[in-house]
Amino acid sequence: MAMSRDEIVQKVQEVLVDALGVDDDEVTPEATLMGDLGAESIDFLDIVFRLEKAFAIKIQREDLFPAESLMNDAELISNGKLTEKGLAELRARLPQTDLTAFEADPDVNKLADLFTVNVIVNYVERNLNAA
Amino acid sequence: MRWMWIDKFVEFKSGSSAVAVKNVTLAEEHLHDHFPGFPVMPESLMIEAMAQTAGILVGQVRNFEEKVILAKIKKAEFFDYVKPGDTLRLEAEIGSVAREAASTSGRITLIRHESPEQASREDLTKDTTPGPAESQKLIAEIDLMFSHIDQNLAGKKFPEENFVFSGSTFESLLRYLPSDSAGSSEHRSEQQ
Repeated sequence: MAMSRDEIVQKVQEVLVDALGVDDDEVTPEATLMGDLGAESIDFLDIVFRLEKAFAIKIQREDLFPAESLMNDAELISNGKLTEKGLAELRARLPQTDLTAFEADPDVNKLADLFTVNVIVNYVERNLNAA
Repeated sequence: MRWMWIDKFVEFKSGSSAVAVKNVTLAEEHLHDHFPGFPVMPESLMIEAMAQTAGILVGQVRNFEEKVILAKIKKAEFFDYVKPGDTLRLEAEIGSVAREAASTSGRITLIRHESPEQASREDLTKDTTPGPAESQKLIAEIDLMFSHIDQNLAGKKFPEENFVFSGSTFESLLRYLPSDSAGSSEHRSEQQ
C-alpha cells in the first residue's frame, strides 16, 4: 500500500493524540514520548495496538520500543551504560536515528530521550515498505 | 467472596466479547451520600463494573493463569445518570491482546424499569428499541487497557487475594448462562 510520509506522519500524530491525551501541536517530530509527551510503560502498548489498527500492520513491541529488552540483558548493559554490543543492537533497531550524541555517553537513563515521534514514523514507514 | 460489582454474565464469547448486567439498588450505602436526596451511581463505579466485565473477559483468554490488572482508562464518557432500580448492561469487546497486555472497548446501556405511562412520557427510547415497559439508553463508553502483571514487573509475586478475577468467580458469574457455555450446575443449585 502506497502511503506518503505526510500521511504516515498525520496518522501517527492522531494515534499519539488519542493515546496520550496531548494536543496535536505538541506532537512534533522531535518530541520525546516519555519526556515531552508524558508516555508511561502501558502507553507504549496502547500506542502499538493503535498503530496496528491504524496502519493494518503487525508490530512487535520490542522492535518499536526496544529499551526494556535491552535493559534486561547484562551483555548489552554494564554499569548503567550500554556496552559496545548494546550500542550495536540499538543502531540496528533505530537505523534512521542519529546516535552520535548518545554514543558519547550511552547512559541508560538517556535512552528514553531517543524515542521520539520521528522514530515511530520511521518504523511505520519501514514496516509498510517491507510489506 | 470477593468484591464483585457485576451480577452475572448474559453473554460470553471467549476471547472476543461479553455482556454482563448490574442491578443498581438503594441498598448500596454510597448512594445515600451520593447525593443526599438525589441518589446517582458514581461514574467511577461504572468504570469498575466495566473493568470487571472486560477484565474477566481478558483473564479468561489465558484461563486466569495470568493476573490481570486495570492499567489505563483510555476513554470514559458518560451521557446520563444511573439511578436505583436501574439495570446496567455492560458490553465489553476485546480490541487487541498481546503477551503483556490487552485493550478492550465497552459501552454501558441502561435498562430502566418503569410504568408504561412513564415510558411513553420520557424520551428514553431514541437510542434503541424498548422492550415491554422498559427502555434502553446509552449511558457510557469506556475503553480500557489491562496489564498482565506476571509478564511485567520482572516476575514479582502478588498475593492471590488481591485479585477479583479468578476461575471460580468467573464460573459463579456464568451460572445463568445455558450449560453449553461453561456454566456450572452446582452453582445453580446453590442459588435455588
